[in-house]
This record gives sequence, C-alpha cells and structure tokens, in this order.
Amino acid sequence: MVRILVIGLVLVVSSNATAELIPTPDFTSHAIPTTEVPPGDGAGWEYVDVAALAIALGLASYFALVTRSRKHLFALSFASLVWFGFVRQGCVCSIGATQNVSLALFDPAYVIPITVVVFFLLPLLFTLFFGRTFCAAVCPLGAIQEFVSIKNVQIPRWVDHSLGLLAWIYLGAAVIFSATGTAFLICRYDPFVGFFRLGGNANMMIAGGVLLLIGVFIGRPYCRFLCPYGAVLSVFSRFSRFHVRIPPTQCITCGLCSEACPYGAIEAPVAPALPSEASRGRSRLGWILLASPLIVAVFAATGSMMRVPLSQMDLDVQLAQQLRMETLGLATTTTDASDAFRNARRDERVLFESVLVKQQQFGRLGLLLGAWIGVVISVKLVSLAIRRPHADYRADTKNCVSCGRCFWYCPVGDAPAGKNVANEQPEPSQLVQIT
Amino acid sequence: MRGTRVAGAIALGTLGGLLAGSHGDAEETRWQIDPDKCIGCSHCSTYCVLDESAVKCVQCFDMCGYCDICTGYLDTNYDDVNTAAENQLCPTAAVVREFVEDKAGQRFYQYTIDEDACIGCGKCVKGCALMNGSLYLQVMHDRCVNCNECAIEKACPTQAYTRVPAEKPYLVKAQAQSLYESKLADEALAQDDPVAKLMRMVTMR
Repeated sequence: MVRILVIGLVLVVSSNATAELIPTPDFTSHAIPTTEVPPGDGAGWEYVDVAALAIALGLASYFALVTRSRKHLFALSFASLVWFGFVRQGCVCSIGATQNVSLALFDPAYVIPITVVVFFLLPLLFTLFFGRTFCAAVCPLGAIQEFVSIKNVQIPRWVDHSLGLLAWIYLGAAVIFSATGTAFLICRYDPFVGFFRLGGNANMMIAGGVLLLIGVFIGRPYCRFLCPYGAVLSVFSRFSRFHVRIPPTQCITCGLCSEACPYGAIEAPVAPALPSEASRGRSRLGWILLASPLIVAVFAATGSMMRVPLSQMDLDVQLAQQLRMETLGLATTTTDASDAFRNARRDERVLFESVLVKQQQFGRLGLLLGAWIGVVISVKLVSLAIRRPHADYRADTKNCVSCGRCFWYCPVGDAPAGKNVANEQPEPSQLVQIT
Repeated sequence: MRGTRVAGAIALGTLGGLLAGSHGDAEETRWQIDPDKCIGCSHCSTYCVLDESAVKCVQCFDMCGYCDICTGYLDTNYDDVNTAAENQLCPTAAVVREFVEDKAGQRFYQYTIDEDACIGCGKCVKGCALMNGSLYLQVMHDRCVNCNECAIEKACPTQAYTRVPAEKPYLVKAQAQSLYESKLADEALAQDDPVAKLMRMVTMR
C-alpha cells in the first residue's frame, strides 16, 4: 500500500520535473540545520610550494657547483622527496605543469594558476644557468630513483640512445593530448605518485615498482627514458652557463667517474678523427642529412593515418562511438555516459558534428606528432654522426643530472688554483679515498 | 653557446609573460562536482585515486522534505519502514534517520550523512533525485589531494566536474543557491551564522 503511494508520488513528481519540491516542514521545536562542509586549506600552500621550489633549486645549485657536496645534495633530495612527494602528495609538479602550459597556450578558456607557470619555468631557468640541478635534488620522482640506484650496470650506448628517444615522443604525445584537453598523459601514467600517496591506481603502482626494481641496476630509468620534462631540461642544460665539473682541477683521465656514473652521463675522451675516419664520417653525415627529410615524411604520413586511434582518447569520441554502436545494435550494454546522454535528451547531431571536427583535428595533430618523431630521430642521428674531440672525461651536459656521485670517485683533490695536477703522479692514498 | 642561452632566457621570459598576462588574476583552483549535473552513477567512489574517495554526500536540509518514506534512505525493495540494514539504500548505513516531529498524523524524519561512513557512491543521491534532490555529492577538501588530472573527472559520464576557486571550493544546487542568497540578503546575518559560514566556502554561479 505504502509502496503504491510512493510510486504514485514519484510519478507525480517526475512528471512535472523541476516543479515545486515537497516543502520543508515548519517544525515547532526543531531548527532546520545548515549543511556543513569541511573547510579547504585555501590557496596558501601553493605559494609555500613555490617558495620551497625556489629555495630548493638555489640550494641544489649551490651544493652541486660551489660546495660540490654529494652528501648535502643527497640530504636535500631526501627533503624534497618528503616535502613535494609525501607531504604535498605530488601535485602539481614541474613535469606535469608542462601539460597545463600547453593547454593554456591552445585553449584560451583554461585559466592557468600563476604558481603552475612558476613551477614550469623556474627549473628551466635554473637549468639554463646551472645545469639539471632540479633533477639532482629537487624533483621527488628523481629522488625516489636516486635512492634505489645501488648496483650500477652500464648499458650499451646504443640502448641508452634509442630509449632516450622515448622521452621526446612521450613529450610530443603529452603536448597534443593536453592541448586538446583530452587527457593529461603525464599525470595519468605517473609511476611514482601512488607511492607518495600510499595508494592509487594498482597498475601504475606495479609499473612504478618495476621501474624502481630496474632502477636498482640501471639508474633513473624514468628520468632517462621517459621523463618529458627531463627531455626539455636536457636541451637547456646543453647550453648551461655553469655546469658541474667532475674533477675540481685537471682531469687525469683515470675513468673512475665514468664507471661510477649510473646514468651513463660521462663522456670518455674522444681522439681527433684520422683523415680516413673524417672522410667516412663526413659521408655518413651527408647520407643522414639526405635521409632525414625522408624519415620525417614517412613518420608524418604514418602519424596522419592515426586519426581514429588518437581521437579515441577523447571522451566525446568514445561517447559518439558508443551511441552509434547502440543505434546499430552492435553494443550489448549501454554505458553510464550513453545513458546519461539519452536521459538528458541531448542532440545526437550536435555531438556527431563536434566529433567529426575533433577527428579532423586529431588528423592534423597526428601528422604533427609523426613529423615530431621523425625530427627527433633525425636530430639524434645527426648528433651521433658528429664527432666532438676532447681530451678528458667530462659530464655530458645533456644527460648529467648533477647528482654528484662522481665527486666521490674522482681521485683529483682540491688543488690550489694554478697548480697543474695532471703533471704529478697521484698518491696511492688519493686513489683509494672516496669521500 | 652564449647566444643560445640568451635566446633561451628570452624565450622563457616571453612564455612566462604570455601565460601570466593573458590570464590576469589566475587563481588557484580545486575540483568540485556541479550537483545539478551529477546523476549519482557511483564512479566517484571507485575512480578516485584515494582508497576512500574524497567525494562524500551532503544533505541540504533546506531542500529536504523530511519524508517518512524517504527515497534516498529506503531501498526500493524495502520490507518495512525502519532502520534495519536490509531496508536501507546506503551500503554503509551512512544516512542517519532521526525522528523529528509528528504533525497532523504525518511523521517527519531528519536524514543526516555520517561523513566517516559515507563512501560517495551516490546511491542515496540517485534515490533522492526522485523527490527533492536534497542529497548531493561534493568533493571534500579535507581529503582531496587536488590531482592535476582528476581521475573521476575523466570518468564522469556527465562532465559534472569543474574547477572552482580554491578560496571557495564548494558548490550548492541552483535551487539552494537562490534560497541562500535571499537568506543572506534579507536578514542581517551574523558572521558566525551557519548560512554565512557555508556561503563563504561556496562559489556562486
């Protein structure tokens, strides 16, 4: 009986939707309470984070370049891991800010908070002057990998070079997907944020665990092979004004640092090319330069054919496909989105038209992404074909994260300026000493 | 080398200026659910990166009918109108039912959300939507970690998630908003009045 009444009532209410509500009664002795919600923490913490970032970058650069203290860098990266990682739970970070910047540039409706802009630009600016000190001791993702890098296994150079391309491709993909407002790939596939929050997407936590396991042997796999922001930083670091030097004075070419570096970021001496090598190198470079437009064209063509799979990341495209499938009777079940769409009686035509526009957009973006991949590969090939002779072991400014491990292993002590250490035989005790 | 560095610095400055300039007084933002778009699909309880979702149910008492037969409280297949678990819609018994008054033979009950028990599944929201729709979901900002990409936002079938200013990180239903606005305007409300307190945290639309 009661149930029939309720159903009757429901029918009445839903038949004149948005009509009057059942009135809130006037109680004789009961005051109607007001909803209570927990207060947010306001925007203050974001500014604290920006200040912490600036201070940490300053300290990291000071420890790496002036005091040359691996111990202090290590302590600082621990502090960064605790603050930016575990306390502030990983958002927003400089790596992810890349996407906000790209979205802000392409979508005028998106309002980018000023703190996010600072998070994106400040490490780039520091890198332009002091090298990748951000990676050394400020980035929590770098820190967590730095701590597990225990047993250093050198991987072949060609593997290092090839995998390093992934970061650039990832960067390109992250930019096109964030520019269209489709997805923030870097955030979605962040392998370590789950650890910072002590919980999260299980698949990503497993991926993070695997990366950390790999990281025990092959240092910083995420930073070197995947991090899109690291890729940008590597270009800025290449042109840095001051960058860490391995020996404080003159290199004795012992090669200890090269073996100690877990990141493959130390260049061994390269002898000037013999005449025969030089001519072979020149012809190789010529071939690569000839082939690079072809490489770019092939990848661009492939990318432009990726219109449909790329656009499938978009939620509206997914919804349109589901609606089509349901109309054609190909879908066995409806989704929440398609139910909501039909219940709200939204216009299918409008949706399909917007989806067509989106797919065209993704066709163009796919072409750009393909061309980008081609350019990345070509530039890599060209850079590998160019020989840059130098006499000593030195940090590869692109890939060196200024972690300071090599300071420990370098047997050259701090010598007074002007004294040429290279001409003296190092003391055996100096070779043994590692701190 | 030096020229490249200067060019890099100039490029960074330009980018920073462009981003800061074109967006003026860009505020910090937080994620919030537009309660008028929410359909109570339960994704909020499952897609949040936190084990216990940051989304919880909220009762807008001023919109509630204080019904005895509450469609947000009782399961559609209830056996009896009481607080027995099998009659409740809420899987965690987070909707607390309290008797208020008997008026002209009609019994009125107040329904309050036990925030600690609520998992943000939205079952009661869906049920209540059949009547007054006074129950609605909100992202609780003592829990939300403010992900750059909100996982629930991407899963939300009605795109009900929006970014709101961090200083006023909550929303209310459109109906409640006009009610609260008139309350704020009509009376000389004290600063510590609960309505004034709530409205200080709500972004008006």
